[in-house]
Parts: sequence; structure tokens; C-alpha cells
Amino acid sequence: MLIGKKPNILPSEITPRDIYLGRREVLAGIGAAGIGTIMSRPAAAAKLTSVKSPLSTTETATPLKDVSTYNNYYEFGTDKSDPAQAAGNFKPTPWSVEIGGMVAKPGTLTLEDIMKPVTLEERIYRMRCVEGWSMVIPWNGFALAELLKRVEPLGSAKFVAFETVVRPAEMPGQRGSFQPLPWPYREGLRLDEAMHPLTILATGLYGETLPNQNGAPLRLVVPWKYGFKGIKSIVRITLVDKMPETSWQLQNKNEYGFYSNVNPDVDHPRWSQATERRIGEGGLLAKRRPTLKFNGYADQVASLYAGMDLKASY
Amino acid sequence: MKEPSAERGWHERAWQTASKPDTIRRAIYIIGALPAAWVFYRGFTDQLGADPIRTLEKTLGIWALRFLVVGLTITPLKRLGGPNWVRYRRAIGLLAFFYAALHLYAYLWFDQNLDFAAIWKDILKRPYVTIGFAAFVILVPLAITSNNSMIRKLGGPNWNRLHKGVYAACALAAIHFIMLRKAWPPEPLIYAGLITILLAFRLYVYLQKRTQRARRAA
Repeated sequence: MLIGKKPNILPSEITPRDIYLGRREVLAGIGAAGIGTIMSRPAAAAKLTSVKSPLSTTETATPLKDVSTYNNYYEFGTDKSDPAQAAGNFKPTPWSVEIGGMVAKPGTLTLEDIMKPVTLEERIYRMRCVEGWSMVIPWNGFALAELLKRVEPLGSAKFVAFETVVRPAEMPGQRGSFQPLPWPYREGLRLDEAMHPLTILATGLYGETLPNQNGAPLRLVVPWKYGFKGIKSIVRITLVDKMPETSWQLQNKNEYGFYSNVNPDVDHPRWSQATERRIGEGGLLAKRRPTLKFNGYADQVASLYAGMDLKASY
Repeated sequence: MKEPSAERGWHERAWQTASKPDTIRRAIYIIGALPAAWVFYRGFTDQLGADPIRTLEKTLGIWALRFLVVGLTITPLKRLGGPNWVRYRRAIGLLAFFYAALHLYAYLWFDQNLDFAAIWKDILKRPYVTIGFAAFVILVPLAITSNNSMIRKLGGPNWNRLHKGVYAACALAAIHFIMLRKAWPPEPLIYAGLITILLAFRLYVYLQKRTQRARRAA
């Protein structure tokens, strides 16, 4: 911002029309439907327009209720029901992302800057958690490659490192005496993985902006890797020449590798990865289903790892 | 209830009954079984959230752990001058076993769909499953001998020695809970901490007795 120039009001700070209309609905709902309706409505969800993608799966999507209440987001607590309950005070707007490292055009981009040139796509992806459960989530997002190309990676850049925001005041999991992970949460991809068309930055799911507990306002989705690679609420993207450290590797080097590709043949040291349970499917009598190599995306991504020993580079 | 013909001793308290403790005991069994009834009811009416099987397993496991912890507090409570609830300990112990059995059943049936090949591999290969299963196996003979005729058959000292196995089962259960979570969330650590304190109390009493014995011998 230039000195003397009046501060612009960011579009992200202006309440969209359907939201303030939505607020009236909510007010009306207090009388009609009671508190439950309000609690379940994400505070700042705005409708998103997106185009369909041939990369989407045709499998039945996991209900929004499950996608938005069953989350691993340790910044908001370690129980999977914690994030939905504790993320209400998180402020995803205004937002900006610092992009730097080995790029020709480093800088800090606001979310609006990032979104301006991209066309949002609906990407319905399988999501496999390292804990042995899975979902099918209709994300709204765009290829990470589009953003990376804009900042022009240098030839020396080999990896991309990501960081989540640190805001103890808004993220109860980041304060207090029990800190399950070192903050900020860190993730990384090899540059070719980051540039792969399946790799997206998501700003929404189910056609609305991301609920806070799902990583608002901007998160990574890499559908052939375990869910924890999908870093949430990203504030920093750095292109580097060395393999970056990741949070789960820092937490336990023996159990979590850098690649973390979904692989039924490589078990987590403490549990099998051969099968998974699809959330929202069949209740108590749900049957486990076999886990697929690269989470079923082998045709698109297996070539990235040609010649690599996936048991050693897990 | 039959009066003991012989061998009246320390363990008499545990099974000698009066009408009031009988009522309380019955109430403990009934109230203690309510969380199980409630979680199964909620499970079959789709009220257990996104992953009902995991919630069912976890709830049953945690109740087993809770009853184990309560069972372990009864002796220290008495020794530290609190009320003597030894007469209710069997009910607490059997409830712990009841929940451990339901927890195992939920894992075998709901979680693993009775795929015994996968289950056997889990038990052999996954330390947390091995440890949890070992804790259950230890509890089986304790549950079987938790009745008056078995106490009489085994004799007090033997019965007492056998039931010290619950210390091992508690330690294993605490480790089992820690191992199946990622990172170090507080809940398993809290249970592990409680169990450590309660077991340390036994060790302290044991060491004190040994020192006294040694002193007397000297």
C-alpha cells in the first residue's frame, strides 16, 4: 500500500449479498427452527461458481455433515469433532499468502489476487486418511500449477514447502500445555508433484467457501497422498532446492515419510493400510473396502515415481 | 448366600453380604451397563457421528478403562482413610471386563467384519492390537474367578495372587490407548497418568512392607 493513498476495502471484507441475506434467514430461523440450524451453518459460507472437471470421480460424495464435522485439524484440537466446534472464532478473511524462495516473482498475494485469474473447478476426489478411513469430497479449487507458474519457479527449485497460519488466539490447539505438534504445520511436495494437474488449492467444498474446520480459506488437496499432506489455511509457499521438513516427519520420523503416497502394501508401523472405511456409508454395519494404490489415481501419477522403491520412500 | 464353612479371613469382606450392599451392588451393575446400552442404541439409530464404528469402539474401550481405574482406586482410598468400598469391587471389575469384551467384539465384528485372517495378522503384527488383546486375555481368568465358589476353590492367597494380574492389564490398556492415537493427545495421557499413580501406590506399599520385614528380620 502506498503512503497517502486511502486504504482500499478488500472484496473479501465486504459481505456478499447472499450472506447478508443468509443472516436474515438465520435470524428468521431462530424463531422457527431453533439454535441447531444456526450452529450447523458455517459462519461465512458463500456460494462459489465452478465448472465441472473430467478429473472428478463419479463415486457418491460423503455427506457435507460428515465432511464438515469429522476433521483432523490439530490447530483446533486433537479429537476429530474438535475442529467443527472450536473453529468458530477463526477469521479466514482478509487473507494473504507469502510466496517466495526460488521464484522469479516473489511476493505477498491477497486471496483476491490469487483468485482473480483462475477459474474455479469442481474436483470430486477420494480422500484417504492415514488412520484408515476415507471420504469422497467435492472440492472447489484450481490447479496449484496455475499459481506456481505465475510466480515463475527458477530452474534450481526442486520442492515446494507450505506453512499453515499460527494464531493461538483463534486456534485453541496452538495454546495451552498440550501441544501435539510443532507449529506452524508444515508440508511439502516435490515440484513435479506440485505441478501435477490433480494437485489443487481448494477454496471451497460442496459449492461454498471452505468451512474453517476444513482449512479455510485456502488449502492443498493432493488426492493420491494421505490426507495429512493436504495442508490447511496456507500462509506461506516457498520453493526450495532441498526436501523440506514436514510436521508429521518432525513428530515421528519412523512413522511418516515425505511422500506419504496412499499405498496398501506399505503399512503404517502401528496399523495396516490394506483396507479403509468409507465415512457416511452403512453406519455401524459398514464394510471395509480395499485401499487402492495411489488412492486409485495410479494411472495419472504412478509415472512420477517410476524407478523409485516406494517401500523405502514411503 | 452360603456361609463359609472354613477359612474365614481377609477376603471374607469381599463376599460377605448384607441386604443394603446387595441393593447397591445391583444398582452398580445396572447403572454401569447403561453407557453400553446407550452407545449401542445411538449406534443403531445413526447418532454416533461420521465414523460410528470408531466411536462405538472408542466409547466401549474408554468405559473399560474407566472401570479399571475405579477398581484400582478402591484399595488406596481405603488405605488413605477413605471409605471402604471393597465389597463393590467385584461389580466394578466385572463391568470393566464386560466393557473390554464388548470393545473386543466391536473390533472383531463391526470394525474388522470378522475377517479372521486380517484380525490374526493385526494381533501378530500390530503392537497396539497385540497389547490390547493381551490385556483382555489377562482379564478373562479374573472374570471367571470373580465369584464366591472360585474364591473358595482357589483359597484366598492364590486368588489374591491371580487377581494381581489386573495391574498388568491396566498398564497394557493404558499403553494400548496411547499407541493407537497419532501424536500425543491429552486423553490417553491422562488415563496413563492415573494408572501410573495407582500402580505406583502399590509399588510404594510393597516396598514399604519389604523394608519393614527386613528391619524386623534384622
